[in-house]
Amino acid sequence: MKIILNNTPEKFDQDMMTVNELLKAKTFTFKMLIVRINGNLVKKDEYNTATIRDKDDVMVLHLVSGG
Amino acid sequence: MTNATLTEKLKKKTVGIAGCGGLGSNCAIALARVGIGSLILVDFDIISESNLNRQYYFLSQVGESKAPALKRVIHQVNPSVSVITYEVKLDPEHILRYFKDCDIIVEAFDQADQKEMLIETVLSAFPEKPLVVGIGVAGWGMNERIHYRQTGNLHICGDEITGISELNPPLAPRVGIVANMQANVVLELLLKK
Repeated sequence: MKIILNNTPEKFDQDMMTVNELLKAKTFTFKMLIVRINGNLVKKDEYNTATIRDKDDVMVLHLVSGG
Repeated sequence: MTNATLTEKLKKKTVGIAGCGGLGSNCAIALARVGIGSLILVDFDIISESNLNRQYYFLSQVGESKAPALKRVIHQVNPSVSVITYEVKLDPEHILRYFKDCDIIVEAFDQADQKEMLIETVLSAFPEKPLVVGIGVAGWGMNERIHYRQTGNLHICGDEITGISELNPPLAPRVGIVANMQANVVLELLLKK
């Protein structure tokens, strides 16, 4: 499948994957995250069930301290 | 747009600012200077001397509560801004109550877990409201890493990488750049409508 991840096109062999699978595939190991699929917020307890499919627009925002 | 038309438009707008530290104080002052109508400022913290390396306060204000102290600074710049302050540690319930009538919300917290809480709350409760966040401000230099990106109503300013640490403190130039980028996004959104 082809998706948009953080405004950049990405290709994966799978036809679909969960948020956790995506985070693992991209080695995103951050603790504080905001994930949105096609603009919809995915809560932490849905990372194992929420699925990403072909043409989805995914945003992963990594939160760091400082302000 | 002339300055007169611009201030006329801004006069009717309200911006909520979550946190009155480095990001919040600098962003609020920038918006006050250009003539924003109303600001809602929220912070539970007290000004300490170590804050003065980046936050828009003065030595004489050390020990004062940040939100009302910032209101006084704003009124020395532009007394026509209407400022409402809340001296609390923001939780989801406060966010819904204090920011429900804002045109735009600015995330200006220090701690990553607080940023996460605010972004999750706003995206779920107010999906139509623009939210401008500042992520990755620590250290110095690396201008080329600081950027702006948008996904839906979420507007992200900062380098999205550099977290604060003992060896990578938040300092006036980079924090100020990101705070003013946030104010710049707010202006763009308010003047577009």
